Amino acid sequence: MEFLSRRRKLNTNSQTEAYGHALQFYGQPPLENISLSEFETFAVDRLKLLKTIENLGVSYVKQSDQYIKKLESESKMLNFPYRSDMDDRKSQSGPSEYEKRRKDHISHFILRLAYCQTEDLRRWFIQQEVDLFRYRFNDLQPKQKLEFLHRNNLQYDTIGVEEKKTLLDKLVNSSYAVSGITVEDQDFYKVPFQDALDLVRMRKVYLKAGYVYIPHQDIVTIVLNDFRTRLSKALALTARSLPAVHSDERLQPLLNHLSHAYVGQDYSIQKNVGKISLEQIDSLSGKSFPLCMRQLHQALRDNHHLRHGGRMQYGLFLKGIGLSLEQALQFWRSEFIRGKVDADKFDKAYAYSIRHMFGKEGKRTDYTPYSCMKVILSNPPSQGDHHGCPFRHSDPELLKQKLQFYKVSPSGISQILELVKGMHYQLACQKYFELTHNVEDANFSLNHPNQYFIESQKLLGGGKDIKREIDTPQRSQENSAARGSTAAREAAASQNLVEMTEELDSFFQDA
Amino acid sequence: MPSADYDPCCLPDLLPLYYRRLFPFSQYYRWLNYGGLQKNYFQNREFSFTLKDDIYVRYQSFCTQNELEKEMQKMNPYKIDIGAVYSHRPNQHNTVKSGTFQALEKELVFDIDMTDYDDVRSCCSAADICSKCWTLMTIAIRILNRALRDDFGFQHLLWVYSGRRGVHCWVCDEAARKLSVAARSAVAEYLSLVKGGDETVKKVVLTDPIHPFIRESLTVVEHYFPQYALQDQDILGRKESVDKVKTLQQDFQNEKKPETRWKLIKDQALRKQKKDKNKCGQYFEKEIMLQYCYPRLDVNVSKGVNHLLKSPFSVHPKTGRISVPINLKELDKFDPFSVPTISQICEELDRPRTGEEEEKSEDVKENDTDAAEKRKIRDYKRTSLAKYVRYFDQFLDEMARSWKGELLRKSDLQKEF
Repeated sequence: MEFLSRRRKLNTNSQTEAYGHALQFYGQPPLENISLSEFETFAVDRLKLLKTIENLGVSYVKQSDQYIKKLESESKMLNFPYRSDMDDRKSQSGPSEYEKRRKDHISHFILRLAYCQTEDLRRWFIQQEVDLFRYRFNDLQPKQKLEFLHRNNLQYDTIGVEEKKTLLDKLVNSSYAVSGITVEDQDFYKVPFQDALDLVRMRKVYLKAGYVYIPHQDIVTIVLNDFRTRLSKALALTARSLPAVHSDERLQPLLNHLSHAYVGQDYSIQKNVGKISLEQIDSLSGKSFPLCMRQLHQALRDNHHLRHGGRMQYGLFLKGIGLSLEQALQFWRSEFIRGKVDADKFDKAYAYSIRHMFGKEGKRTDYTPYSCMKVILSNPPSQGDHHGCPFRHSDPELLKQKLQFYKVSPSGISQILELVKGMHYQLACQKYFELTHNVEDANFSLNHPNQYFIESQKLLGGGKDIKREIDTPQRSQENSAARGSTAAREAAASQNLVEMTEELDSFFQDA
Repeated sequence: MPSADYDPCCLPDLLPLYYRRLFPFSQYYRWLNYGGLQKNYFQNREFSFTLKDDIYVRYQSFCTQNELEKEMQKMNPYKIDIGAVYSHRPNQHNTVKSGTFQALEKELVFDIDMTDYDDVRSCCSAADICSKCWTLMTIAIRILNRALRDDFGFQHLLWVYSGRRGVHCWVCDEAARKLSVAARSAVAEYLSLVKGGDETVKKVVLTDPIHPFIRESLTVVEHYFPQYALQDQDILGRKESVDKVKTLQQDFQNEKKPETRWKLIKDQALRKQKKDKNKCGQYFEKEIMLQYCYPRLDVNVSKGVNHLLKSPFSVHPKTGRISVPINLKELDKFDPFSVPTISQICEELDRPRTGEEEEKSEDVKENDTDAAEKRKIRDYKRTSLAKYVRYFDQFLDEMARSWKGELLRKSDLQKEF
């Protein structure tokens, strides 16, 4: 098909109008027929993009230069729209801007189908889509932003000159980027605080009697909120119509596959149960636990108690490395009763929550161990807590002391602290792994405390775990390739490392 | 800190009396029914009882005030918690399809617990409190109450003494009850300044410009700080606490007197402010004040819609004290140790009536449609619980006035159509 003729044809098509702007609000679903293979590539590509967004959000400050640059190159590689000022004339090779926008549109709606099924999936999907939208909106020129608002009928109340004058002081002090002059120049929007939660949370906006006063430069927050609300509603609606889609046997396996892809490795699989004895935990915590778990273990041994956040993070981790419910109960009880809690109180107040963790109480969900992302981003520790990510939630000075105490070399410490400073917490943890295991390059990208443990055991225990590689779903292909080579290398090197404990060897063989 | 006259062993004997003759059921129902504006609001509310030997019964719910009363008098719970308003009756939660039984609304709640201040108070630790550290609760209430009213626009705030070592706040405005989980956590985070666990030394970091909310909070802290921190807690006098302040960054140049040391800190901060305007660290005297006095919230309690919180007028099983509402007009005079215990009010009930009281209660009797109900009203009025119930009544009246407006508007609208 010739390029020109297609253009002409499409111009008469109402779809062209729908893609008139680089950024979309995804109000209307696509109505055209597409091939199954296109369906699949679109979906997979968008999933890749969203996963990149998730990973970038952890390694970089959102909207920092590096974040934007990486996201831009990923969008470009996957043929999604990435530059707002791009138009057809400029793209000489590869798909046209129109095709990119179409792909953006269609792929979004496919993933809606795959990600509307459970609360968890919806939350993940919305979060990544919102981040993508934020990046794209911020990338627009001021004029394009206004045009976008206009095109999508987004109108917000502004405040008058008088009100601005009376509030001047407060407005200036509420936002870093607002000065007296800019207050006079720019529009301020007054919306209920519920519509700008991110600004409220960060205390980056003036709040009075339930209303926030948002400077025009921060309007992205309200637009995002709109976007989030609409998407969330749309997903709920999509979920209702899902049975119809599921009856299509061509799509159903594909959609299920897509939605499983996001979680990465599920470390809750109870294959290893009982392969670890309680006596081993102390020595394992020194050798193979990531710092967060080592810290929790230490705190538990010292205080004979952990608060809820710590019990969850550590308890689920232990479950993930193979403690059975009975072992877990015994482990926690024996430690707690050495403190202020007597056995009776333990059985009444704490045993329930441990059985709950194993899915034996309440709504009987088998909880999965926390990933690094969850540890870093949710439920930060407060007074009396020891959970969280030591690289994220400790004072650098204390972290340094701790690392010294654990005999990390001074040069290693400064490398770690450098990574922490750049907010690369997982990389810092990985560096800690490399230093404590004496390897040059860990050859995996760390995103889960249980992954840390498994990798560590692999290194220490030798290469009998190749079998495990095969049935372990990997997060991405590069990753598995990298791990495969590690495993192979380790296999060669491991012949003389047989004295590791029997239990652990079989633990990996069985997997 | 069990009070002198209360013995936890007597609790099983006192509770029946308390629930039969003293617990303010009608006010309690009036509160949770919220004027009956929303259908099934009371009926779909979760209550949870803690019985003898820490037996925990969740998902209780009641159709009427009478049913609640009967059940409480039968079970005599050691402790009562209030949960969310659900999509279905909580006591039937097993009969509905899983996933459809959902927590829809609840008051926005805050829980401030003295144990969270253990690193900054020297007088007591853990569950213990004294009149010295109680100032921390006063500060917390002042700061949060102002912010919730002025910044967030909420009006119906019920502050309650937890019965032992903390306070709770129930924000009862309709808008607050309807907040999503995300909104609740955003509010809680807006209100949280002290961040970090045992692994963090410096827990408050201020950056330029100082947000109006922090300014307002600082004025409250500044008001209490000299007396509370410098005198009562003596943070710049005692060796260990001085060391702690020093780790936050200080050098006292051999100065001994706490007041002069504090002045030194302020001067240094001021000098630094003048020197480099844009660097952080220029606010360290403010940061120290906040780290020592700013309210420490348990964010997780506020976040969850389905999170349970101890009910007002529940008894604290350890101290025997009643969870009473705190009248903010007399906040500075509020003394947790003068809050009545269950044994105290039960005793007061047995006291022979004075003539004056007799007369009053005769008045009330006049049209005795429900004599038992009337007697109960008279009963609590004879005890030191009376003033707290009276304050609770005022709170409810005020809330009812806001519905009245709402109801009038609604009926006006109807007339127009």
